[in-house]
Amino acid sequence: MAVLNANDLTLQYEARKVVEGLTTEIPEGKVTMIVGANACGKSTLLRGLSRLLKPACGTVTLDGKDIHTRPARELARTLGLLPQHPTAPDGITVRDLVGRGRYPHQGFFRSWSARDDAAVQRALDATDTLGLAERSIDELSGGQRQRVWIAMALAQETDVLLLDEPTTYLDLAHQVEVLDLITDLNRSRGTTVAIVLHDLNLAARYADHVIAMKGGCIVAEGPAPEVVTEELVFNVFGLESRVVPDPISGTPLIVPIGRHHARPASTNELEIAS
Amino acid sequence: MSTVHKLPTELELTAPKHLHQLSLRRVLSPTFFLGLALVVVFAVYVLLGSYTVTIPDFFTIVINHLTGGEKIPGASFIVMEHKLPRAVVGTMIGIAFGLAGALFQTMLRNPLASPDIIGISYGASAAAVTAIVIFGASGAVVSWAALGGALGVAAIIYAISRGTGSGAGGGSRGNAAGNRLILAGVGIAAALHAVVNFLMTRADIRTAADALIWLNGSLNSSTWDRAGVLAVSLLVLIPAVIALAGPLRILELGDDAAAGLGIKVNATRLGLVLTAVGFAAVATAAAGPVAFVAFLAGPIARRVVRKPSLPASALTGALIVLLADFFASNIAPVILDGTVLPVGVITGALGAPFLLWLLVTSNRKEA
Amino acid sequence: MKMSTTTALQGRGDGTLVSAGPGGITPDGKGSGAVTGSRGATAKRSAWLLVAVVVLAAVCAASLAIGARGLPLNAVWEALTNFDPADGNHAVVIARIPRTVLGLLAGAALGLAGAAMQGVARNPLADPGILGLNAGAALAVVVGIYVFGVGSLSGYIWFAFIGAAAAAVVVYAVASLGRDGATPVKLALAGAALSAGLFSLMNVILVSSQDTFDRFRFWQVGSIGGRDWSVLLPALPFLAVGAVIILAGGRVLNSLALGDDIARGLGQNVALARGITGLGIVLLCGSATALAGPIGFLGLVIPHAVRSLTGPDYRWILPFSLVSAPILLITADIIGRVILLPGEVPAGIMTAIIGAPVFVWLIRRGKGAGL
Repeated sequence: MAVLNANDLTLQYEARKVVEGLTTEIPEGKVTMIVGANACGKSTLLRGLSRLLKPACGTVTLDGKDIHTRPARELARTLGLLPQHPTAPDGITVRDLVGRGRYPHQGFFRSWSARDDAAVQRALDATDTLGLAERSIDELSGGQRQRVWIAMALAQETDVLLLDEPTTYLDLAHQVEVLDLITDLNRSRGTTVAIVLHDLNLAARYADHVIAMKGGCIVAEGPAPEVVTEELVFNVFGLESRVVPDPISGTPLIVPIGRHHARPASTNELEIAS
Repeated sequence: MSTVHKLPTELELTAPKHLHQLSLRRVLSPTFFLGLALVVVFAVYVLLGSYTVTIPDFFTIVINHLTGGEKIPGASFIVMEHKLPRAVVGTMIGIAFGLAGALFQTMLRNPLASPDIIGISYGASAAAVTAIVIFGASGAVVSWAALGGALGVAAIIYAISRGTGSGAGGGSRGNAAGNRLILAGVGIAAALHAVVNFLMTRADIRTAADALIWLNGSLNSSTWDRAGVLAVSLLVLIPAVIALAGPLRILELGDDAAAGLGIKVNATRLGLVLTAVGFAAVATAAAGPVAFVAFLAGPIARRVVRKPSLPASALTGALIVLLADFFASNIAPVILDGTVLPVGVITGALGAPFLLWLLVTSNRKEA
Repeated sequence: MKMSTTTALQGRGDGTLVSAGPGGITPDGKGSGAVTGSRGATAKRSAWLLVAVVVLAAVCAASLAIGARGLPLNAVWEALTNFDPADGNHAVVIARIPRTVLGLLAGAALGLAGAAMQGVARNPLADPGILGLNAGAALAVVVGIYVFGVGSLSGYIWFAFIGAAAAAVVVYAVASLGRDGATPVKLALAGAALSAGLFSLMNVILVSSQDTFDRFRFWQVGSIGGRDWSVLLPALPFLAVGAVIILAGGRVLNSLALGDDIARGLGQNVALARGITGLGIVLLCGSATALAGPIGFLGLVIPHAVRSLTGPDYRWILPFSLVSAPILLITADIIGRVILLPGEVPAGIMTAIIGAPVFVWLIRRGKGAGL
């Protein structure tokens, strides 16, 4: 069981409350996308859920137990986090970095076992970074580096995985690849995944469950077709749009209306496309 | 792209067995040679120089000393009371400075962060010079003062850098606290440097000259007592480093990622700071602030071993100290008409151009 | 040079550009009026600058009045306006004038140079000490004493000046190698390496010659006392030229603060800008150190402190630093005169003792640029 709950959660930085009185559940075994405009509190929520930020009020529970009362290393075996700007020490190789994800599973005397090797291998394989394994991380491109970090999070082999904007620096092909890979993980191992994603269309496509935030509060949550509507997009992002079914996946596809493209070419064309 | 459904056994066959041990073997070779080099240099230091001792004589002296046998006149005294304690103390402070520097640089993710620069050495110096100039102290008292000064300044710097609460977006660079620590240290260093300079003007020239020697870092007052105290401190501190080395490697990934992997970030960092400061403080208390050893040991070790390594830094530190002191005691007087220089002057004067050369070549590589 | 665009696209000190002013959109809804003058902000800042000048004048008057022999202010006024050679009080006041003037000049020079250094190096740690200039000056002075037997302050000046300049050139040259030129980290590293090395070389001489040490230890403490006009006058042209270069470079520093790439994109010749500013810095620092010995903290602390009033705009930071640094230096000197009677604590120590806690306070408030 790996049910992650926030109960009446208040998170703040010094005096500034970012999230107040928020209650939600990250459904077990599903892919949850947390979306919202910049500075709506979605990253803060993720940090609160992952124990990086101690709640000013309220609790975060995993399987009913407050995560702040559990020993850090034990929690890290169940709950993993990939933060937004991880730093890598100079000159470290890919394999070495991914290997560090095994830390929570190793005892105090840090014995490295075959299980650790296998986990690293699986993680490298799944992220298609096996060919880069012996190279230094300084030599890699932004996209390759991001995949290596995801491999490290995968090597941690947790029941719950939280990812904060894992697709920055990636081109579209790699964004899709990463999200596909995370979906594989979810389907094959039942990992509960919560991702903060800024791309609303990709979020709608890959989510089992969407949490939309604005101003530190949850505006809507539920399956993507229910949540991602033109009203929501306007409410949360201040953007006028048309929401149509994605021609490939059937999920909601947001087509923005800006100032220069206010009128759709013709409704006929849209009907043909969908 | 492959899926996760591959059979585990297939993957295990293709994975390098026991990756950790394999990389250990890779590290062991250059580090092993560093250790070998240290043994050789140690031997040269004790046996050669202004007074040479043959190897058989050396063993005779040591064995007789331990078993109460007959001493060789002259040689026994030189070796047992002078060269050997000096070599032992030099090695130990080299290890201590090397580790202190490497720990700070790794922890603060900044090559500039060494105890010299962030004020801990100046804390020791200010306390020691106060003791020498105002209280007319010498010897062990000065060492204790230095120790107190170093620890005091470290505590102040740490208190300053401790959270003004969790910074907004604290995950972004993961190093706000580290930067604050460096800044605070630099500031305190500058203030204490001024205090030290001032104290130097308040004393008569003889006392001031003594203080100057101490300030440069010197192995002149190396005794077995001092070696003993150093050894005990190292026996406490080195296991601490070993225990913290693993968490340190995770801390390198950034505060957020480390917390995600189950590290208690603040507690680990505190432990690391205490250990690193402990090393710097005991070494400075024993021999004064020997310039540059802490600064250089890590980067030089990394060049030799080709990855950051704490053991290699320790060995490199010891090598630097012994080589520098050998030069200062035996070669420099020939050039400088008899003046024996304190070891810190050599480490500084030779170390700085070397660091500049390191900077130049690594900068050029980027071009 | 498209410098006018920098007023419309201002940096926020953290490298982001914000377009402000009428018709522009600010992402956070607040105008960056702090940077581009809305009339109110400019008026406020001018007012503060005026206040600073008044405080400076008051401090100078205090400097003439206070000391081992305390004098009432009307005696000071009389001495300045109606000098009577026979009056003992007047003589004391006149004797204190060079000291006060030196405090003004050295303080202003160090404050300006420190602010400029932080701008050029984009590094809150930049300071003559850290970038190796003090070490260069010190080594040169020691060599002067040891090799050339120089014994007087007017002799030290030239050595200190040349030493600081040479050190600056070496540090800058080493740091500039490589693809991205003289980045803050490389500058600081090169400065630290050179400093440590030069101090060690200096120690070689000091340890060997007690005589040299005896003379040197008094210079290296940093003091504005005990100097007279014969020392001050030769340095004036250098100070003037340096000050002009730096004060005129406010806009240049603003664009450099945005990062090399953005600065180049705005039409700035980065290398030339750094070079000329560097020349100004060396002229100021070299002269100040030559006159007063190495005085720390002014260049480090004053620009930080001033920023809370001025924001990140160098066109304001520079004049404020110019005025505020002497306030600190002269105050430090005054305190030093009375705190340890009958002796004196040199100003260089007092600035450190006062400056360090202020600096610490600034760090804790997170106000340091770049933290």
